[in-house]
Amino acid sequence: MADQRPPDTKQAAPLASIEAVESGLAAQGYIASRQIATAVYLAQAIAKPILVEGPAGVGKTELAKAIAGWRGLKMIRLQCYEGLDEAKALYEWKYAKQLLYTQILKDKLGEVLGGAATLHAALDQLHDFGDVFFSKEFVEPRPLLQALEQPHGCVLLIDEIDKSDAEFESLLLEILSDFQVSIPELGTVSALVPPTVILTSNSERNLGDALKRRCLHLHIGFPEQKLEERIVESRIPGISEKLRRQLVGFIHDIRTLDLKKQPSVSETIDWARVLVLLQAGELGHDVVRDTLNVLLKYESDVEATLPHVSTFVAKAIRQNVFGQ
Amino acid sequence: MQDNIHRFFRAARGAGVRISPAESIDAMRAVASVGIADRNLLRDTFLLTLAKSADEKRALGECFDLFFAPPQPLQPANDADSADEVSSPQESNAAPSDGSAAASESLGPLAQMLLNGDPSAIAAAIATASSAASLSEIRYFTQRGLFSSRILDLMGIARLRDDLDELTASNPPLAERLAAATDALRDNVRDAVSQALLLFGREEAENLRNEILRNAPLARIEPRQVEQMRVLIRQIARRLRERYSKPRKRQRRGHLDVRRTIRKNAAWGGIPFLTAWKRRHRDKPRIVALCDVSGSVARVSDFFLLLIHSLHEVVSDVRSFAFSGHLIEVSEILEQNDPEEAMKQIMSKVGFGSSDYGRSLLDFERQWMECVTPQTTVIVLGDARSNNLDPRADIVRRISERCKRLVWLNPEGRISWGFGDSEMPRYQTFCTLTRQCATAQQLERAVADIVAVYQ
Repeated sequence: MADQRPPDTKQAAPLASIEAVESGLAAQGYIASRQIATAVYLAQAIAKPILVEGPAGVGKTELAKAIAGWRGLKMIRLQCYEGLDEAKALYEWKYAKQLLYTQILKDKLGEVLGGAATLHAALDQLHDFGDVFFSKEFVEPRPLLQALEQPHGCVLLIDEIDKSDAEFESLLLEILSDFQVSIPELGTVSALVPPTVILTSNSERNLGDALKRRCLHLHIGFPEQKLEERIVESRIPGISEKLRRQLVGFIHDIRTLDLKKQPSVSETIDWARVLVLLQAGELGHDVVRDTLNVLLKYESDVEATLPHVSTFVAKAIRQNVFGQ
Repeated sequence: MQDNIHRFFRAARGAGVRISPAESIDAMRAVASVGIADRNLLRDTFLLTLAKSADEKRALGECFDLFFAPPQPLQPANDADSADEVSSPQESNAAPSDGSAAASESLGPLAQMLLNGDPSAIAAAIATASSAASLSEIRYFTQRGLFSSRILDLMGIARLRDDLDELTASNPPLAERLAAATDALRDNVRDAVSQALLLFGREEAENLRNEILRNAPLARIEPRQVEQMRVLIRQIARRLRERYSKPRKRQRRGHLDVRRTIRKNAAWGGIPFLTAWKRRHRDKPRIVALCDVSGSVARVSDFFLLLIHSLHEVVSDVRSFAFSGHLIEVSEILEQNDPEEAMKQIMSKVGFGSSDYGRSLLDFERQWMECVTPQTTVIVLGDARSNNLDPRADIVRRISERCKRLVWLNPEGRISWGFGDSEMPRYQTFCTLTRQCATAQQLERAVADIVAVYQ
């Protein structure tokens, strides 16, 4: 493991290797599969954003947080929603401040224009004056512009991009490919240090090809049993190995059912936490039935699962015996 | 290696993964930074940089396995073929080694290589000859023989034949061994060509097949083509979705929405910096589909229903009905089952009867007439052959008065409308649009026209 840099390193240094990424994320409590680690490494190596797709609750947003925590960078988050536009995502003029300043400076106007001999000269002076109001002072940076202005780089998380409108996607293209934005009055603002960009999507709608082309495409599905056990272990250190194995086995069985919303990793962790709080030593029929609502978020799903609980619990316990 | 990767990109495009030049540059840069030593890592890298959806990831993964596997399947084949030849000479080589060595001195390089029986050397020679014969240009399965012989020529098969003739006269056992090795070589070359066809020819072959399929009459396709047709219909559905599911353009002029403008500008004391405009509300298409499932029209109805029901993003509400002797609603059956199973169920309920349009239309009017609203497009798919029973064109008139549009799709050509027991001319007067709809292409156009009206 080459990566032993202190976590407070401010400058984004190039990543040493894929193993370094894995161990760095693990230190933040994020157990990454090989593919995830490769994606994070490549994003750094060829300076590309990562587009993460997958079902809800498999740790797409967590990934960004873990990267930020590990590399000691600030995380800037832009939550997308329908109707999100330039003014809320990129920058906005501080209209109120502009108005206030013009009011205050009204008296100055006489002085400024007083020196001008001709109307033409006055107009020129007025032009200079006007530019003052459209300067950096009056720009209110929103998340995207903030991300470009971070002196040490940052992790920019654009969450649930599929919720935004198609027009907003086009707005992102310039930032994603060149790490710069054009503001008509100011010119082009380039990133001081290219930020690490993570976009997440729940595939609610198909994203445009132009956006996809600019990103590395990472699909995070439900983790394998071994990996999920490690995730639970790192998140809830107090849990016994026996319970952990039974619980993950049980959840993998539930995922084979035809449900409206499959339990994902975040539900696994919540459930494990609940079971630890209830001081359950191992999985039992009654405990599972009482806490099933932590795992399943629809009444119909709970009903569909109840008849299988006994079988699954028995199977999980049996598997535990042979597993050891 | 760079050449190899470029060939891989071409193969991947053939497998249906769209790779733009920019993406291939990214992939190259990524490969440069991770190296090519670790096969799994290389696979992950390609999946990350090139494939942009779950489907593409699967296709690219398969393509990768196929493309970067060649040495493995070739070697065992080689070993199996040449195992006896390699091992036996090694044992027996001790005695007649002098004679054999002397004999092989006079042989051509290819014969020597085959007699040495080194599988990796042979595989390498095949690979070199393949790229010299530009095997990656292969497009159709009919070219297999051509490319095989071209590769064998380049490897020096002519000299090998001469050697074989000479040896048969001078050293029969050795000749036998060489002949066996030559056959094995031919097999290997044929395998290599087949694999190349699979990798590089897939796109062309598929395009050709789809082109034929698109223009084939749906009612008369063979059972084995049904599955291909379903795939094709799904592609059509995807294309229509992409084209028509884009959010409709916002109105930026027209009436000012005063209420929203004031609220939006409250922060600036009501000075309207930002304006809000009233928007015209646009509906997504609501469709009521009546499908004849009797006899020859059944298959067309099958594909039509599959297409309509895969347009969720474009169409907000579809209600489907099937009829022959009488009419039932089939929306739920179609939503809950996969297409094949659904069609089986529908057919068992109403199928295979002789069609009675009058009775079916009456069923519809009695039970479901209220689901036809001024926003609905009603699509009737059928040949309008009512076995000389009362056609009840008056019901069609009433439907057409209630709905936005009434579209009649008829699998028969216009020329036969009105002949025999066809009631098409009577119905036609009440239809907004009538179309012939016998092939996948006509089906696509018809459905595209229907949803385009709402844009």
